[in-house]
Amino acid sequence: MTIRTRPTVLVFLDSPQRTVETVRPAVLELITLGRTLGRVDVVTLGAPTVEVLATLGAYGVHLVHQAQVPTSLPESSYRLTSVLASVLATAVRRNDADVLLVPSSFAGKEAAAVAAARLGSGLVVDASSLAWTGEPGAGDPAPLRLGKRVFAGTWTTVSTVASDPAVVTVRANTVVAEPAAVATEAVVEPLPVEVEAPRVTVVERTLKERAAGRPQLEEAAIVVAGGRGTNGDFGPVDDLADALGAAVGATRDAVFEGWFDRYIGQTGVTVAPRLYIGAGISGAPHHRGGMQASQVIVSVNNDPEAPIVEQSDFAVVGDLADVLPQAAAAIREHKAARA
Amino acid sequence: MPNIVAYVVRQRDHLAQRAAHQRVVSVLVRIVVLLKYVPDISSDRRFEEGRVVRDPAAGSLNELDEHAVEAALRIVESQPGGDHEVVAVTLAPATADIALRKAYQMGVHRGVRVTDDALAGSDYFGTAAALAAAVRRLDAENGAVRPVDLVITGMAALDGLGSVVPALVAEELGWAQLTLAKSVALDGDARGATLTITREVDDAHETLAAPLPAVLSVTDTANSPRYPNFKLIMAARSKAIEEWSAADLGLDPATVGLAGARTVTVEAAPSPARPEVQVVVDKGEGGKALAEFLIRNDLV
Ligand SMILES: Cc1cc2nc3c(=O)[nH]c(=O)nc-3n(C[C@H](O)[C@H](O)[C@H](O)COP(=O)(O)OP(=O)(O)OC[C@H]3O[C@@H](n4cnc5c(N)ncnc54)[C@H](O)[C@@H]3O)c2cc1C
Ligand SMILES: Cc1cc2nc3c(=O)[nH]c(=O)nc-3n(C[C@H](O)[C@H](O)[C@H](O)COP(=O)(O)OP(=O)(O)OC[C@H]3O[C@@H](n4cnc5c(N)ncnc54)[C@H](O)[C@@H]3O)c2cc1C
Repeated sequence: MTIRTRPTVLVFLDSPQRTVETVRPAVLELITLGRTLGRVDVVTLGAPTVEVLATLGAYGVHLVHQAQVPTSLPESSYRLTSVLASVLATAVRRNDADVLLVPSSFAGKEAAAVAAARLGSGLVVDASSLAWTGEPGAGDPAPLRLGKRVFAGTWTTVSTVASDPAVVTVRANTVVAEPAAVATEAVVEPLPVEVEAPRVTVVERTLKERAAGRPQLEEAAIVVAGGRGTNGDFGPVDDLADALGAAVGATRDAVFEGWFDRYIGQTGVTVAPRLYIGAGISGAPHHRGGMQASQVIVSVNNDPEAPIVEQSDFAVVGDLADVLPQAAAAIREHKAARA
Repeated sequence: MPNIVAYVVRQRDHLAQRAAHQRVVSVLVRIVVLLKYVPDISSDRRFEEGRVVRDPAAGSLNELDEHAVEAALRIVESQPGGDHEVVAVTLAPATADIALRKAYQMGVHRGVRVTDDALAGSDYFGTAAALAAAVRRLDAENGAVRPVDLVITGMAALDGLGSVVPALVAEELGWAQLTLAKSVALDGDARGATLTITREVDDAHETLAAPLPAVLSVTDTANSPRYPNFKLIMAARSKAIEEWSAADLGLDPATVGLAGARTVTVEAAPSPARPEVQVVVDKGEGGKALAEFLIRNDLV
């Protein structure tokens, strides 16, 4: 019998800046998830700050592979799929990782896919659960079992990945991020990466402005979304979101009207928060595909027959312009009394 | 972007030389659009034995791929000359002809369906390998006198929702990938053509450019797909669809389909139903009721 050493899990620590100044909640979740599978290392393109290293240590990360790409490579191209894929594939090989975990986003999925192609690995995107099929350490190699919610959340599938390594992208809010029982000292190791000259030129790249003080839509624990029923006034939606400390989202129709900039749904952002509140939203399948995995769904709609009512745990039939501000006020009152 | 005046097919030497020599603009554009046949999003979508049920009565062209067709047609229509070709390729069973007919109705010139039992159950990599092989075959047709300039795809298939096939096809072909475009511009001269896109990905606005050949994926904001016109609808009915097998594409059956799949769906079950919804009709206290529900459930 082959005795397998503890599996190694590599997590992609992405960062919009050249120095890694924060660890996104989605990455902390992946590290937390990774610890249930084996020893966790991370790979990153930037230099982590002292604070970031402390956080990684608190979460039980052992090694931080810091990619060193050729100096001839323009910095603007660091986020191209082909470059990220080289970094990920090189780190997996160097680390002899059994699992590569990447946060699910359009860019993350592409990079994971191309890295998997180069590694000859299987890929599951948007996984919502991960576990070894056998006892870790018992056999060699036990395939991974991955749960996934499909068809707008109406079906749940389980796939196995037989390849070692396995490449998986994981949705935000799949687990609650928790520091490790025993902290580690995260050590940075340089990772030389060979990169082919990219065929694509980045002509321009500007970071979007984030709404100050609001969590990122993809990662938020609470999301308040507005649709056509707002009639263009997102004031009540913003108000409730502020009271709850929530992120704001919208439907595609509302975005196409120019009322908001980011929409939830199959072609937009997928969210899976603890709480989703949809106001003035009918609950079309395209929208539902992006929010159905939310733990609790609340809707406010003046039409009791709107499909979203049936899809909710709690629904208020009424005008959102009345209901949302009243709810926001009651929540603020409750929070003030608690404080 | 400057006006697209003279777009010449990318630098394949003979073409470039011919164009330069004849001092005319060569305008042969050849585009492959990749189209997926998917179950209707509002139908009763389901699995049987770990595979998606492809009910011919409730399947159609992936809506998002109409944007790929539209992008291809707009590019060829913006070029002078009339000898362009847009070829639609789908990897699917025979029921998918309805998707190719839809593409014909929109104005696509030629449709190819890649069908083989050996390809059933393909994972992302098997799918991308087969689609790339079809592109390569089209590229090499007739001694490669009319190579493929561009592959255009949708941003996601509404059943699998992977959004990875375009990047994987580009990787297979060794071509540039320009994905998730919300606007597309093509321009160039006798030395070659450049495709420029804008996109919004993960918190950034980007403008990316690459020389052809390339793989382009377009989002649903890139254009509004046209409605088929009557003449094309009539013509689409009888237009032939070519069928290619795995062997036609030189694919090793061990590397594609279920045999080559690196991930396998072992279980599929309907998700447990949500508990019955609690409905409150607002008679002046609806907002308070909402707040109380959240507080009661520890969500505040
Ligand atoms: C290819 C494709 C992809 C798509 N992708 C997406 C996607 O990713 N995300 C997405 O969201 N959509 C997507 N759509 C659009 C989707 O199909 C729906 O059209 C859209 O979600 C509807 O938006 P809505 O709920 O805001 O508007 P509507 O369907 O018009 O619903 C408005 C709701 O507001 C209610 N209402 C009106 N006034 C009030 C009031 N004063 N108070 C309370 N309620 C009120 C109405 O009763 C109604 O139920 C896609 C469509 C296509 C074709
Ligand atoms: C619910 C579900 C979940 C799945 N999960 C996985 C998984 O985790 N891992 C895995 O390896 N496989 C998975 N598969 C299999 C995978 O979907 C197929 O290989 C599929 O053909 C491509 O993936 P996609 O549907 O996600 O396409 P996407 O990558 O979303 O497609 C993007 C674009 O590529 C083009 N395209 C995609 N498929 C085809 C095609 N067959 N013919 C022509 N053009 C095409 C279209 O232009 C489309 O708009 C899954 C399938 C389903 C139905």
